[in-house]
Amino acid sequence: MNKLTESSLYQLTATRFRLFLREPEAIFWVFVFPIILAVGLGIAFRNRPADVLPVAATTPQLTQALAADKGLTARTLDEAAGARALATGAIQLLAIQTPQGVDYKYDDTNPDARIARMLADRAIQNAAGRRDPVPAQNRLIHETGARYIDFVVPGLLGMNLMGSAIWSLGFAIVEMRQKKLLKRMVASPMPRWQYLASFLLSRLLMLVIELVVFLGFARIAFGVPFRGSLWDLAFLCLTASLAFSALGLLIASRAKTMEAASGLMNLVMMPMWILSGVFFSASRFPSVVQPLVRALPLTAAIDALRGNMLQGMTLSQLALPVLTLLAWLFIPFFVALRIFRWR
Amino acid sequence: MTQSQTEIITTASPAGSPALLLRGLRKAFGDVIAVNGLDLEVARGECFGLLGPNGAGKTTTIEICEGLTLPDAGTVQLLGRDWRQDASHLRQQIGIQLQETQFPEKLTVEETLRLFRSFFRQGVAVDEVIRLAQLEEKRKSRVGTLSGGQKQRLAMATALVGDPELLFLDEPTTGLDPQARRHLWDLVDELKKSGRTVILTTHYMDEAERLCDRVAIMDHGRIIALGTLQQLIASVGGDHIVEFAVGGPLDPAQLTAISGVQSHRVDAGLHQLSVTNLHSTVPQIFAAIDNLGLQLTEFRTHSATLEDVFVSLTGRNLRDE
Repeated sequence: MNKLTESSLYQLTATRFRLFLREPEAIFWVFVFPIILAVGLGIAFRNRPADVLPVAATTPQLTQALAADKGLTARTLDEAAGARALATGAIQLLAIQTPQGVDYKYDDTNPDARIARMLADRAIQNAAGRRDPVPAQNRLIHETGARYIDFVVPGLLGMNLMGSAIWSLGFAIVEMRQKKLLKRMVASPMPRWQYLASFLLSRLLMLVIELVVFLGFARIAFGVPFRGSLWDLAFLCLTASLAFSALGLLIASRAKTMEAASGLMNLVMMPMWILSGVFFSASRFPSVVQPLVRALPLTAAIDALRGNMLQGMTLSQLALPVLTLLAWLFIPFFVALRIFRWR
Repeated sequence: MTQSQTEIITTASPAGSPALLLRGLRKAFGDVIAVNGLDLEVARGECFGLLGPNGAGKTTTIEICEGLTLPDAGTVQLLGRDWRQDASHLRQQIGIQLQETQFPEKLTVEETLRLFRSFFRQGVAVDEVIRLAQLEEKRKSRVGTLSGGQKQRLAMATALVGDPELLFLDEPTTGLDPQARRHLWDLVDELKKSGRTVILTTHYMDEAERLCDRVAIMDHGRIIALGTLQQLIASVGGDHIVEFAVGGPLDPAQLTAISGVQSHRVDAGLHQLSVTNLHSTVPQIFAAIDNLGLQLTEFRTHSATLEDVFVSLTGRNLRDE
């Protein structure tokens, strides 16, 4: 045994690590769940190579004309069967042969159906001999960074930083208080600052693993871009994680039971899950509530992460969210220290 | 190592001062007065017991001594030092076992003790403490798998890793089965032999009788009796207790008139007499019952215990609380 492993800060931090690693549920929520979520969203919102829309027509001639368009698959159905297929979403549009020409039956509030209407009409007019007066060519680009997965990965990262920090601190501290272990430790010569520091230290070590696993996966599986400096990204993650840890400490500073702590955590995190733009841009909320939304730590964290990863912004360009995070780090931390219940 | 040795010389406790000194201690929680003017002195090397029913103020008193609760009034000195000036020094010098501490279930015995050992500058090696607490076979086991007695010995071990001069044990055997209790008592015997001062609370008479050199009986936040076991039992007036029941009414005056009977009380139809000499007094009790034409339905005697002391002082049984 050497000096380091005998020191109380080392022992306290090692204890935090051991207790975390021996809790299979915690490992799942911190490491596995974000990846499952990213995979799920990645599959659901993947950019398909030009969507192929299912349509149908009442005559074989029309079906043939529709099938000539690469954006459509077509089959022949009578009007009754076609109406049923429309109702169940099996087809987006039904082309009905009439004595005058063609009727298109579709739902004009559905974007896919509107596209199907344009493609179907073009295919039928072309088959009937229409020629375009202006010759046009397509040049296709598939840029990474503009996809939904690119947008959602920084959001999930922010959400994960928040959840793991608040849960790991909040539950661990309140559990120790409830089991009178906190009181027992305070009755020993343990330096109190080291008790709190051990939480931050173990959180930082955990953060490194979390970041490498999650961002590495996002990079390899989805090719998510990292346009900003990686050092800046590391700094942002660190600041965000510490800010959420301070918030977790504040939540845990008085609560005596796990039930109370868990209620408080949900109260704090729920609004941020909804308002802070994890899955869609927070700017969609009305301008009246924007100051509130912008002041939330998760909004600041996600804005900064997206700015860095997707737009390659520097820290000085991200000054506002970074300062917001720093405020969320220092104010709750000092309030928590003042009101912390040691027994 | 040399550095910490010099430290111990320069910070050694003032010699000659008692292990514990309490003067005029008071503590109230809202309307409830938990400790109501308590004076106490415990000498070094003594094993001292605070005995009393639940709610007597034992735990509040011991937590004030441990520096966990601030008294409303009064002075507390441990090893000649005061919590207000020497808290960090005192923390190094005392060992504490609290009621109902639950150690993390997923740490092993050894890991838990290493953690607590790291808080002390000086102390006993973890292996040594594990041996002392007889937890060798469980050293790699997780705390969650230990029995009640083993958990309690672990709690004692965490109190011992700092090699304390003064040890506080709050209800060390509450909730344990008889065998586990005896096991723990043996451990306390070991500590007494090594010259440490032990201060324990208990609501078990037999535990106080078995372990303590001196006992203070507490009730309603006060010490109502203090002394060695022999002194306390002598204060009841007789060394023996006679308990009997008869099938009819009996005037207490007829019993107290018998020579050698020191006191009388009735508890749930059972007459209890404290008696100096069994062999001379018991035949007279039998004769008195015979003369009254009463039927004896129950009869037994035992040596006076702390339970009898408590009963004679408060008129209540400890176990009723």
